[in-house]
Formats: sequence, C-alpha cells, structure tokens
Amino acid sequence: MTGRLAHRLMLASAAPIAAVVIAVVLSSIVLLISGSNPLAAYADMVEHASKLETQVDILNRATPLYLSGVAAAIGFRMNLFNIGVEGQYLLAFIVSAHLGAQVELPAVLHIAFILVVAMAVGGAFSGAAGVLKVTRGVNEVISTIMLNAVVISGLSAWWIVEWQAGGEISATGGRVGTEPIAESGILPNINAWLEVFTREIGLGKKLTGMLVVAIAVGIVYHVILNRTVFGFDLRASGANPTASHVGGVSPKRMVVIAMALSGMVAGLVGMTELMNTGYYPSNPISLLGFTGIAVALLGRNHPAGVAVAALIFAFLDVSSGILQISGAASREIVEIMKGVIILTAVIAYEVVRRIREREEAAAAAAAMATSPATAP
Amino acid sequence: MALAIELTGITKRFPGVVANDNINLAVAEGEIHAICGENGAGKSTLMKILYGMQPPDSGTIKIRGDPVELHSPAQAIDLGIGMVHQHFMLADQLTVLENVILGAEPMRSFGRIDFEAGREHLDEVGRAYGLDMNANDLVETLEIGERQRVEIIKVLYRGAEILILDEPTAVLVPQEVDELFRNIRELKASGSTILFIDHKLDEVLEIADTITVLRQGQTVGTVKPEDVTAHDLAEMMIGSELPVPDAGTSTVTENVALEVAGLRVIGEGDRAVVDDVSLSVHRGEIVGMAGVEGNGQAELVNAIIGLDDPDQGTITLLGREITHFSVRSRREMGLGYVPQDRHRDGLLLGFTLWENTALGHQTEPPYSRGPWLSRGGMRDRASTIKAEFDVRTPNIEVSAHALSGGNQQKLIVGREMVAGPAVLIANHPTRGIDVGAQAAVWDDIREARAQGLATLLVSADLEELIGLSDTIVVMLRGRLVARLDPNEITPRDLGAYMTGAALEAERTGGDS
Amino acid sequence: MTATLGRLPAWARWMIYAAIGVLVLTVVQGFDDTERLTAVTSSQAMLRWAVPIMLAGLGGLFSERAGVVNIGLEGMLILGTWFGAWGAINYGGWAGLLIGMVGGALGGLVHAVATVSFGVDHIISGVAINVTAPGVTRFLSSEILTGYDGGSITQSPRTPGVGKFTFPFLAGGDLFGWDTPDILGWFTNRDWFFVSDLTGLARGLVAHLSLATMIAFALVPVTAWLVWRTRFGLRLRICGEHPVGGETQGINIYLYKYFGVVLSGALAGLGGAFIASPELGGIYLEGQTNGRGYIGLAALIFGNWRPGGVMAGALLFGYPFGVGLRDLDGSASHALLLVNTIALVAVVAWALSRRRRIDASIATGLGLGAAVWYFLSTTVPDWWIEILPFVIVLVVLVFFSQRLRMPRADGLPYRKGEA
Repeated sequence: MTGRLAHRLMLASAAPIAAVVIAVVLSSIVLLISGSNPLAAYADMVEHASKLETQVDILNRATPLYLSGVAAAIGFRMNLFNIGVEGQYLLAFIVSAHLGAQVELPAVLHIAFILVVAMAVGGAFSGAAGVLKVTRGVNEVISTIMLNAVVISGLSAWWIVEWQAGGEISATGGRVGTEPIAESGILPNINAWLEVFTREIGLGKKLTGMLVVAIAVGIVYHVILNRTVFGFDLRASGANPTASHVGGVSPKRMVVIAMALSGMVAGLVGMTELMNTGYYPSNPISLLGFTGIAVALLGRNHPAGVAVAALIFAFLDVSSGILQISGAASREIVEIMKGVIILTAVIAYEVVRRIREREEAAAAAAAMATSPATAP
Repeated sequence: MALAIELTGITKRFPGVVANDNINLAVAEGEIHAICGENGAGKSTLMKILYGMQPPDSGTIKIRGDPVELHSPAQAIDLGIGMVHQHFMLADQLTVLENVILGAEPMRSFGRIDFEAGREHLDEVGRAYGLDMNANDLVETLEIGERQRVEIIKVLYRGAEILILDEPTAVLVPQEVDELFRNIRELKASGSTILFIDHKLDEVLEIADTITVLRQGQTVGTVKPEDVTAHDLAEMMIGSELPVPDAGTSTVTENVALEVAGLRVIGEGDRAVVDDVSLSVHRGEIVGMAGVEGNGQAELVNAIIGLDDPDQGTITLLGREITHFSVRSRREMGLGYVPQDRHRDGLLLGFTLWENTALGHQTEPPYSRGPWLSRGGMRDRASTIKAEFDVRTPNIEVSAHALSGGNQQKLIVGREMVAGPAVLIANHPTRGIDVGAQAAVWDDIREARAQGLATLLVSADLEELIGLSDTIVVMLRGRLVARLDPNEITPRDLGAYMTGAALEAERTGGDS
Repeated sequence: MTATLGRLPAWARWMIYAAIGVLVLTVVQGFDDTERLTAVTSSQAMLRWAVPIMLAGLGGLFSERAGVVNIGLEGMLILGTWFGAWGAINYGGWAGLLIGMVGGALGGLVHAVATVSFGVDHIISGVAINVTAPGVTRFLSSEILTGYDGGSITQSPRTPGVGKFTFPFLAGGDLFGWDTPDILGWFTNRDWFFVSDLTGLARGLVAHLSLATMIAFALVPVTAWLVWRTRFGLRLRICGEHPVGGETQGINIYLYKYFGVVLSGALAGLGGAFIASPELGGIYLEGQTNGRGYIGLAALIFGNWRPGGVMAGALLFGYPFGVGLRDLDGSASHALLLVNTIALVAVVAWALSRRRRIDASIATGLGLGAAVWYFLSTTVPDWWIEILPFVIVLVVLVFFSQRLRMPRADGLPYRKGEA
C-alpha cells in the first residue's frame, strides 16, 4: 500500500518538477546566449529570497495569485474556462473600494461588508457569463474575454471620470484613486504572527491579512469539492456533463453556479491591494487574473497544488527584482521561465495522465485474467 | 486456390491484455470468409491490424503471397484492401461525394479537386454494383441503410478487391440484412474477396464460404458452414452453448408503475419526434420497445428520465405525475436507468469505481448524509456491487476507463439494481459486451422483475427483445405502431413492423 | 421582397445589405450633424482596423477547420507584432510582414505540438501560449529593442511600411503612368444625398490602399478556394469533422492538423505585423494587440467558420474603431447609438418573422435602452466607443450563437490508432 502511494505521489509530482527543471535549463541557455551568467543570476535570486523581508513580499504577491488561481480552478473543475477573472477582480475592486468608503461600520462588520461586496460583484459579473452560456449558447471563453475588455477599457475609466466630476477623487500619497476607506474597514497586517517564529520584519514591510482569508478559501474549496454532494456534482458535471445529467445533475445549473463561485473568489483578488492601500488607484496591480489561470494550470486545480504554484510564480516575480540592481541578467528572464514552466507543465501532466491510465488498464486486465470465466 | 490473405502468428498486446494471441488466418481469393467470435474475442483488433490501423507486436501478413508490413491504412488501400467499419466513418457535414473521394481525390491543376470526374466515377461504381447514391446529398440527411451503402461505395471507389466488413448487420433489421447479403454475393461474383465479421451464427452460416472462429484472442479453428451447426459454432466460440434470453413465467401484476399518456416531443424543425405515445409498464413486467434507430426511442427515453421536456402529454411514476420533474427527483422516486452509451451517459471515466457507483444516487444514503458525502458508504456500496454483480477489477480504487466494456456495464447495472428501483429504463443494456456479461445482465433484470420491477427495455437485439419481454411495442417515425406478443412473433416479422413493411401490407389488405 | 433577395447570388445580396446599411448611416448622421459615419477616413480606418481581426479570424478558421480550437491567436498576434516590428526595422516593410508571419507560426507550432502530438486540452494550451507570448516579447524587448535608438522595454522605434495602391478609374489611380479619371471621387464631390455617401465610402475602400490591406482581403477568397476546392482543403476539413474517418481513408491526420495550426499562427502573425506597421501602430508597443486575437475568434464564430463570414464579422467589429478614431466631440459615437437602435429593430423584425419570441424581447429591451440613451443625451463619453466593439461582439453572439455550427470534431482530442 505504501509502495503504491509513493508511486502515485511520484507520478503526481513528476510533471511539475520536470516543468521547473526544463524551465531552468531553457532559461539558462537563453541567458548564456544573451551573454549573462545564469548561475550568478539564480544565486542572486535565491540569496534575495532568503531574506525575511523578501519572503513577506513573496507571500503578499502569492496571496492574490492564489485567490486568482483558485477562482480559475473552480471553473476548470467544471470544465469552464473563466478567462474573465481579470475583469471580475478589477470591477469588484473598484466597487468595493467605492462602497467601502461610503459606509461607517464597526471594524469587523466593515471589513466583512467590503469583502462581501467584492464577492457579490465578482460573482454576479461572472455568473452573467454563465447565464449567457446556458441560455444563449455564448461560449464562456469569448464572453468573459469581452467582459474583461469592457471592464478594463471602459467601466473603470467611466467611474474614475464620474467620481472626478463628483469631487470624490482625492490625492492619496501622490496617487489618484477613490476616496480612502476608514481604518475600521482595513484588515490589519499579520506581521506579529510571522514574527513569533522569526525576528521583527523590517523595511516597513507588512504581511497582508488577506493571507488568512486566502488560506480559508483554499480549505473551504477543498472541503466543498471533495466532501460534499454539491462538490461531487460539480466535479462529475465537469468531467462528463451528459452522464451527470443522467445522474440527476443539471448541467446548466452547475455552469451558472460554478461561474458565480469562481467570480466570487475572483472578487477577493483585488482585496490584498485594497486592504494595503485603502483605495482603488488609477493604476491598480493588473494581470493577476491572467497569471491566476497559469497558476491554476500549474497547480492542477488542487488547493495545495495551486498554493505551491502561486508561491513559485510569486518567488519568480519578487526575487527577480534583485537582478535589476545586481545586473546579473535581465529580470525579464523570469517571464520566459514562467512561460516555459506553464507550457511544459501542461504537456507533462498529459503525459503522466496517459502513463497512469495505461498502468490502471493493465492492472484491471490482470485482475480479469485471474478469473477466466469470461473473455476480456 | 490462391490465397488473398495469409496471417501467421499475429500477436497484439494492449496494457495487460493479449488481444490477439498467435492468430493464423488464411483467406482464399474470391471467397466470403467469416470471422466469428463473441465481443472481446479480438476480431476487430485483428481487422485493424490487417487494415494498417494498428501494427502487430509480432507475426507476418501476406497479401496475395507477398509479405507486407502495414503502418497505415494508406498502405492497405494501395494493396487493394478496403474496410467498412462497424461505426460509420462518415462526416455528416460533407457530401456523399466528398466522403467517398477523400484520400483518392481526382485532381486538376493547382491542387484542385476534379469533382466532376469524381461524380462520374462514383456513379459508375454505383451502377456496377446496384448501389444508387445522390452524390451531392449531405451525409447527415441519409438513413442508416443508405449510410452503409456509402461506406461500401467508398471502398469500391478505390477499387478494393479485398473487403473487410466489420459487423455490418449490427444496425440492420432482417430485411435490410437480406439486401446487404445480395450486395455481398454480387461483389463476390465480380471477383472480390470478402472478410465478414459477425457474431450472429445464423447469418454467418447463411453467407460464408469459410468460417474462422476466434476465442479470447486465439484461433479456435476454421470450418466450412456445411460441416457445422449453429450449436457447434457456439461451442467453438464460447466453449458452451450461447446463452438465450428467456423471461420464464410471467410475473406481470395489475399495478401500473410507469404510465406515459399522449406524449409528444417536438424536435428540430418543429417536427414531432415523439408523437402521441401512450404506454404503461406494470410492476413485474418487461415491456420491450423495438424500432429502427432514430425513430424517436431515444427522445422518448429522454423525456421519461427527464433529460428533455415534453411538449404535450403526461408521464406518471408510481401514481404521481412527474412530467416536468427534474431528473434528480425522478431518480429519488425510484427511477433507474441503464443508458445506451456507457461512456457518454453512464460513467465518469476518469473517476474511481466507488465514485462511479454513487453517480445518480449521490443524494441518497449510504452515499451521503445530508449535504455531506459519505466516502465510507460509497466504498462499502461499491464493494458490494463488485462482489454481487461480479465486476472483475483489482480493486474499487481504479478508474472506470480501466475496465472492459462488459465489466463497466455490470457496474452500471449493479449500481441501478442495488438502489432498488421501482421502474428501470434499460436502453440497449447488452450492446457490445461479451456473452458472460450479457447473460449476467439478463439474469439481473429477470430477478428484479420477479421482485416486482417494472422495466422498459429498448433494444436493437431482436432476440433479446423477444426473449425477455412480456409485451413488445414497435416505434416508427415517433409513433407506437404495433403492440405484439413476443410468444407469437419471429425476428423477421418484428423487422417487418420496424420498417413499416408489415403495416403497409396490413393496410393494402395483404397478408398480416 | 425577401424571396427575391433569396434568389440572388450571395455576393449580390451582401451588396444590397451593404447599400441599405449605408443608407441608414447617411440618414442617421444627418441628425447629429456629423459626416464621420460615412466619411472616407472612416471606411479606410474601418478597413485598417478590420485587417488584424480578419487575419486572426482566418487563422482561426484554418485551425478550427482542422479540429483544433485556437484561443492562442492572441499570443500569436502578439508574437507577430514584435517580430513584425523587428523585421520591418531591420529589413524593411515587406520583410516585417514575413518575419511577423514566422513569429506567429512559431506560436502555432508550439500549439500544434501541445495539442496534436501531446493531446493537451486545446484551450489550456492556448491560454498557456497567451500567457507565455507577452513574456517572450518582453524579454526580447529587454535584450534587443532597448539597444535601438528610440526603443525601450515596451516599445520599438518607428517601423517602415509597404507601398500603397489606388485603383485606376474607380479612384483615379495610375495606370502605366496614365492618370485615370476618378469616377467615385466625381460622384462623391457632387454632394448628392446617399449616392455621394455610398461612393465616398466605396472610394475609401479603393484609394490609397495599403498593399498589405489588399493582400489581407485577397486572402478571403483564397481561403475559401483553398478550403473548399482543393485536396488540401478537403483533407483539412475531415480533420475537423471526423478525423478517425479520414484516418481510415489513409489521410495523415496529424500532418494536416499541423498544417492548419501552423498556418493559423502564420496568419495571426501577419495580423500582428500589420498592427505594428504604419497602417495602425507604426511602432511595436507592448499590449497593443488589445484583445484583437479574441475578437478575431469571435469573428470566426460570428462568421460560422466561413471566410466570407469572418470578413463580415471583422468589418462589423472594426467599424466602431474606425469611426471612433477621430471623433473628438463624440457626435459620431452618439449617432452610432441610433444606428444600434435601428440594427436592433431589424433583429426584432427578424426574430418575430422566425417566431423567436425570446430573441425579439431581448432585442427590444436593448433597442429601447439604446434609443432612450440616444434621445436623452447629445453626446456620449469617449469610453463608450472604446468598449463598443466588445459590446457588439457580445450582443451579436447572444443572438446568433445558437444558430451556428462549428466543425463537429472541433476541440476534441484525437489520437492515431485509437478508433
């Protein structure tokens, strides 16, 4: 039994490890061609990442990536491609920032209010794409991309204009954005929790409280997916919608629900920044939605796998910053690495899946052979 | 006589299975050679090897005495081999002409296809073999029999001299089989060699010049039809007599379990695909439904289990009208379903067996408690099904795609039966599975019937319908056109009802 | 009326539809006192904006006709912009287009390897390419463009273009040195109601036309011919309809799938090179594709996987870009609202004639919304024209998605010998 478990674990981890190794090798070749020393570059990155302050940055970066990855993963599990996480989180970000600044509530309620608004907006916006799919047959890939474009190039701009006219824009720390949220609406940082294990965090770095929310989301995702009838319905419908329909699961209903859930988690993506700055800036951190798709693919839609993937991507993003200062290589090399990791990972997963299928078929056939009453 | 094909020592292994084990086969030129064996005996694999679709692991292939190595169908086609597959290999959205010429396109300059030349050649071939075709029809507009003719023309168009027909009669009624056999004899008369794959013994004895029997991937022997009886062939195929479906004594009661009244389903193009259908199934009764595929049986079944919403009429289950209920509530009320297409409608292929046993019943104990899944309950139930319904598998943790077709089917039947349904819709429950599994499924249905199960059995296997049913209804163009007593009908008569020929005869006052 | 229309050949019917469309535009712009809706600059801008969308769509056609869903078009477009700009700067305009094609084709090759050889889900592979392509171009920029005068990590120096062409007679172009009369121009200058508008728009389509644009539009009939009249096309289509059937007839399905997907990337790459050419961008700029690969995919769906339909979709989606380009006071965008209303009224009429009540009520709702907005305002903010193409895509798909039929085996895995 333990032998089999070890074998399964090995198969499961072979693909991502292969992907990272191939990415490192390929990036090294690219770096050599461009005249840089790959070993020096990697050494700089690892050294930089060993500092506590960098690690805080990595966690702060990984948190929204993880939420974005889980949002995409919920869709993938239902065989839905919610490419619209980007638009959903930006829309949820701006609406919750705006409404959050309008209300006065006690601390816990205020924070909950903001998070709930963000989830509701993201869920509704994403659910709309689900409704279009089941009622009008509009492919969710196209519709979510179009909705992204609408949000990114239109809606945010519109609100900024409207608020400017209404005098709601304030200069906050030299940047333009929505009116800041009161202290009661800001999730406190959790530096103290980390400092228990190490030392005091310097450089004014703050570990986001959203990390706790992200972990909670991961746990809830895992429990719902694997331990509830609803999760079974979701996985079944994603794997085989017709068989699940025969088995009593309405595919249309599941599509709308899965899209809405995916959007709800997507709505939380922008909260890391909001809880840090307290307002929606004119240039929020973007592309988290698209990167989240990559994170979900790399993490196999598994709650823990997505976490590892988010950490890998966050490590690459953050630690590559040192390259600019040290000059060991162009920091853009990590963009190549991310690309290669994701491409090789999806291919490697497919290869591993085939190996596993063959092994299982062989085992089942062997079991048949031991009872010779019928032909295979 | 010269040999058209000689296969020696052909072996083909799939993960864990030896599909072909040292098979020898010699086919004389100009004969009709039947390859006989039950589902899973390795017939199709052997033919795919001969057609270049799969390379053998070992063994030699000689065509007209010359040893060849086949790596692709293109090579086999060049050698004059043509194959008509069991599942039609036609693109619905392409015309008959496009389907036929594909791969052997007559050309003009600049890579253009000479459609005109293709059409002429197609008409020529059609005339020569008495197979008429309108070259410009889209394939999706053709009936099943016509599609099969397109498949045959496709092969003849390339000038194939060796024809492989893989279970060509599986989708045909007896009358269409007669027509097909006439065509086959004509082909033989014009000098073609024909390899005919089948497991229906009477058909094999009727058409073949020589019969080779396969069993569990091995050649059992080669015989002449005049030297053997159907009984002998069965003995060679499975080592015993073929199981015969038999309902035994009637257990029909007075209680109606499922009642369909005036049901109408509108399909594409505002056409009624199910038209004013009424029928009732009593507890302890098996109602067989016959019909050529595509006459509304699938739509009727979908309406009964709740996949489609009917436009008119009512469905009543155990006295409660359920016409517009969800699939889930119908299932919770005790409606069981064995689908026609296991892979599409019955299983989650990538999921474990214990998860598959819950599908369709996941809201009920022991699979779940309230909103929570009970993994223990699911595993226990799966073990029970594995044991009671003889599902051959190393354990219940493997995924469903690892099982053979027959074992997958036993799993599905087991899953539905242990739930203790009041009504079972069995849609082609034994299609494409080996005789052992087939007999097991028949037994399961019969046993449940004795316990009071009401069954609607839809099948294309006429023997199965006649053997198991208490009553047979025939569906034609969306309507129920006949209600027959299985004790008084032969497959041939049933076929006449299915194609409408019998009704035509009744109407014109001919023999009934 | 519709019966007579139905009997005309398709091209003639489309000409009539186009003329009706222009009539509507002419009437409507009168209310808003703008001439941008039928201005020559508008039709020319529409063409230029339509080209990359159309090329992406045609690329998608080759891929999806071969059964491979290509959502990676956006990434291939991005590769095309970078390689196109790099090629143009170093070797001239024509080389830029060619090298852009090569860049896109490389993206297509990666997609083909992943989906055809390894059986990776098509959408997953496409998404992976879309995530990867900007990383690759960014790295290349950091290594190469930063070394150019006027280049940076996000943009290149100016790119040279290819020549322009004016049709003789129609728009007074040169014919072997002879200055031909400008017939359409003559009509346009008469200022006759509708006629001059029609000729003005038409003249925009034939005067000072970039050769690259001409090539792009020539690719529409070429694609139709290639896919429906040649052996290559028939074999390509069987890959998208019934690959196993093709396999049994001796066709090397993998080979044709590779052809289709790589060609798909090449066409998208050409579209990208066009974006970076002086016709549109004039430089390589990070993010300048702005989702046009996806819009190309939408044009493919709107066009029911046919080249003429792809072109129609590309023009439809490109038009608001063209109008919005120099619409500083927003009056033309405002007038477009009324055009939208009228188009929706047409949809209502169509839906009612087919007894599609749900479509009719949705169209009525949307049409009322557009009308109310039109009459309650005198101008629309500039973000509206920015998002209008995307909104049009969505609305069009809402009405037409269910009437479309994609290649039957599109997006499904295929492996040789598994029949």
